[in-house]
Amino acid sequence: MNSKNRNNPIILCVKDLKKHFPIRRGFLQKISGWVKAVDGVSFEIERGKTMGLVGESGCGKTTVARLILKLLALDEGKIIYQGVDIGRLSEKEMKPHRKEMQIVFQDPFGSLNPRMTVGQSVEEGLRILGIKNRRMRKARLEKLMEMVGMSPDSTDRYPHEFSGGQRQRIGIARALSVEPSLIICDEPISALDVSIQAQIINLLKDLQDRLGLSYLFISHDLNVVGYLCNTIAVMYMGQIMEYASAEDIFDHPHHPYTRSLLAAIPDSGPQKKLAPTLIKEDIFDSSAALEGCKYRSMCSMEAPRCGKEQVLFEKIGEGHFVRCWKAMKK
Amino acid sequence: MTDNNILLSVQDLKVYFRSADACARAVDGVSFDVRKKETVCIVGESGCGKTVSALSILGLVATPPGEIIDGRIVFAGQNLLELGEKEMQKIRGNHIAMVFQEPLTSLNPVFTIEDQISEAVRIHKKVETESLHEKCIQLLKDVGISDPEQRLEDYPHQLSGGQRQRVMIAMALACDPDLIIADEPTTALDVTVQAQILELFGAIQTKQSMSIVYITHDLGVVAAIADRVYVMYAGMITEQGNAEHIFRNARHPYTQGLLASLPSLSKRGKRLYSIPGAVPDPAYKPAGCPFHPRCPHKAPSCHTEYPNMCDYGQGHLARCPILFQDKGRHI
Amino acid sequence: MTLNETPVAKNFHVQEPLAPKRTRMEEFWRLFRQNRLAIMGLFIFILFFCCAITGLFLTWGSKPVFDPSLVRLEEKLRPPFSKPNLDLLEPDQVPTLNFYLMGTDDLGRDVFSRMLQGAWVSLTVGFVAVGISVLIGIFMGGIAGYFGQHYFKIDQILWTLFLVSGTGLIFLGVTRLGTALLLLCLAYIVYAVLTRHRFREKATPKRRSMFHINAVSVDTLIMRIVDIMLCFPSFFLILTVVAILPASIYNIMIVIGLTSWMGTTRFVRAEFLSLREQDFVAAAKALGIGNLRIIFRHMMPNSVAPVLVSATIGIASAILTEAGLSFLGFGVPPPHATWGNILSDGKNFIFDAPWLTFIPGITILIVVLSFNLFGEGLRDVLNPKLRERH
Repeated sequence: MNSKNRNNPIILCVKDLKKHFPIRRGFLQKISGWVKAVDGVSFEIERGKTMGLVGESGCGKTTVARLILKLLALDEGKIIYQGVDIGRLSEKEMKPHRKEMQIVFQDPFGSLNPRMTVGQSVEEGLRILGIKNRRMRKARLEKLMEMVGMSPDSTDRYPHEFSGGQRQRIGIARALSVEPSLIICDEPISALDVSIQAQIINLLKDLQDRLGLSYLFISHDLNVVGYLCNTIAVMYMGQIMEYASAEDIFDHPHHPYTRSLLAAIPDSGPQKKLAPTLIKEDIFDSSAALEGCKYRSMCSMEAPRCGKEQVLFEKIGEGHFVRCWKAMKK
Repeated sequence: MTDNNILLSVQDLKVYFRSADACARAVDGVSFDVRKKETVCIVGESGCGKTVSALSILGLVATPPGEIIDGRIVFAGQNLLELGEKEMQKIRGNHIAMVFQEPLTSLNPVFTIEDQISEAVRIHKKVETESLHEKCIQLLKDVGISDPEQRLEDYPHQLSGGQRQRVMIAMALACDPDLIIADEPTTALDVTVQAQILELFGAIQTKQSMSIVYITHDLGVVAAIADRVYVMYAGMITEQGNAEHIFRNARHPYTQGLLASLPSLSKRGKRLYSIPGAVPDPAYKPAGCPFHPRCPHKAPSCHTEYPNMCDYGQGHLARCPILFQDKGRHI
Repeated sequence: MTLNETPVAKNFHVQEPLAPKRTRMEEFWRLFRQNRLAIMGLFIFILFFCCAITGLFLTWGSKPVFDPSLVRLEEKLRPPFSKPNLDLLEPDQVPTLNFYLMGTDDLGRDVFSRMLQGAWVSLTVGFVAVGISVLIGIFMGGIAGYFGQHYFKIDQILWTLFLVSGTGLIFLGVTRLGTALLLLCLAYIVYAVLTRHRFREKATPKRRSMFHINAVSVDTLIMRIVDIMLCFPSFFLILTVVAILPASIYNIMIVIGLTSWMGTTRFVRAEFLSLREQDFVAAAKALGIGNLRIIFRHMMPNSVAPVLVSATIGIASAILTEAGLSFLGFGVPPPHATWGNILSDGKNFIFDAPWLTFIPGITILIVVLSFNLFGEGLRDVLNPKLRERH
């Protein structure tokens, strides 16, 4: 990794990412259709900044995370990390790049190996770095634990002895052990209590300030994303519907889906009436083959044109992109 | 606030869970009232005892590990805790109905929707078969499910999460109950679906003039639908009052801390307040005030004395004598 | 800023008090203690173990403390607790302890000594056979569970077939055809290795040649082998093999081991399939840890629970099988005693000397039962649902 790449302001650039899962039917397991989990996703993350990826369940945001980390093979598209196209690399070539990107998971209970002590789980990363000396490893380990707010003598305990918030801190320590530049946070606080969520949010922010980390923050909670992220991408059924800075998403949302998400947030201020016209009833729809705009069936502004053509992701303002021809027209 | 206006009154409820090692005091002296036609929200984090309180109303707490030590639950003049199983069955579903959190597992996967809704009706009301079908269709329409004829014949796996929760609500409404207890019904749903379900609850309440006890951990939901709020922590009620009082003028450090730690766009750039520490294990609660180890206002007396409720007027009470003495203090 | 340069924050966050430290063993023991039958099973297991070890030493060598092969025809078929007839015996033929604890058999041999000698055989057969089956099972199950979705391509199947048939033909004497097949196979392997890079490009290539059509997945292959092995009536298979091979205790152990690995394979595969989807495995992959280390260091310890349970029950089953083989005469050759042997010898004297059948029979029953109870107790304890936080 030459020094030129380390100064690249864009740490991650994803272009037109696609992942389709085949649906097999019948005796001979013939492919009858495709589940387009990720269908043309593109975005950029700047070094030292946080990008939020927002969407409801099933929109494909977790799949995007796994594709970027190459835990899943991508079908089409490019993943350019610090100038290197890692999408095409084989497993062997990918190995030195792996420590640059890490992930923190949603479920604090499943993300730690129940049969390894907490210290051993975090130390696995130190092994990857090649630190052979045991005393050095131990010193590093203690420093990592202190960084995430855990006492160093918790390293020889097992995960089941800790609470959800503590386990999440340990998960963050593990991610930090290989000294990554990018951390993907896949709904890291959704499973935690409200009072603990603030602690973890503060921890993530502090670590970003101290270590210069970049984050891809995946969540369904717009409030958290609005607080933490510099830019936000709103995802629906495998595509990004709108992308803008956090302030722009909240103040000037253009896409109907973004608007409905914002309207649906139950407000913790004075009571607010929901605008009923923005949201239609959700219907269980298993058909994956939809022509035109994917949000069509739920959209309050639907017009005949929406069903006929592919909708392009276009620029509507400075750093603000939207996938809706009607919004572009206004 | 006359006595006939109060539909359900829980007085000093204590529910403990005994295991080989310890005794978990899940609900430790909880009292709350529900009046007619109002929505009461019980807010708290995991482990605070809100679900156990709700389950005890309907006698659904498993009694080998759990034990109701003390308290009265008065509904329509009767103490529910003194009723036998048969009498409780007449009340469950009929006068008090419950909606659970997980729509995936609350519906039986091998029965059609119609079977499940009509079962509740059949047990409690004597209705003939033809009008039963009509009633089911009407119920589905009331909860906002489109194409109810078709939906009645579907199985639970053919419906989305939001639709399943609507079916649960329809089942709860089937016998026109006086009170619905909803235990985190929208936690497992997407935010847009949650908005629709909350709207539905509001509509039902107005139309059928019933009371709702809504249990949640989400303060945003509370702000959207609550008339009155009870905040619970470690098995006790720490603050109660109107929604206005709680959100604009919280008087207990825990409530204040919770509100301050909610992230939002307006707090960008500023450090988020976080309550240090974590919720105590119900079996090992701190002496005195259970919240005092995490409290920014703690005084020496907090470690020794159990705090009593302090009255701020207009039904707003908070369990913190320190802030009561010093009414101006806030985080 | 790297990790080394950052200042460590003091009192970063208030520490939550951790529960009193309990190691895994203490936790395990606490849960296990509550099941009384399992404790009894464990106790008998330990007793059996001690008896077998001491038995080995007490009956070893040419002048052992308890002699299992000393023939005293005058004393045949004596009941338990009977005193020896001292007038008829040489001084060195008198049994230790001066009486027959469990009587004698039809050749006048002390049954107690024979039981002690047989205990060692049962122990060895049980543990070694199960050891072999568990090793094979873990290996097969781990491969099937972890690499299950890897497909063997058609060309790989073909050249394996060529290789096997070529070697077979050479063995059978058809040298020319055999060598031709082997050379073809070798040439193909060389070609494939040289052109490998060309076919590595796309996951779904345009031109689907022999290199890409999936023939059979690793998972399917291994599971069908398991199914085939399960179709054999195992006892008869063991019987056949033992009858063909020279009679020895080692052959028996190996054969029992080679025919009972299927259950373990299924357990391990099932655990691996569910573990593979867990986040901590994804985290390990994301860190860049190699596949082998993930399988053996991260996933294997989590799959051990059902294997342990089936292993304890497998020991019981192996002991029974060995007894059965010896009873039929296909077990360890005489004069070495095994419990099955003693049973077999005694079957002709059921009415005259019932102790010859009851004593080994009841001992086998108790040992097997205790193993089963211990295994059940283990299963309850290792059930993750019972694992609590603190």
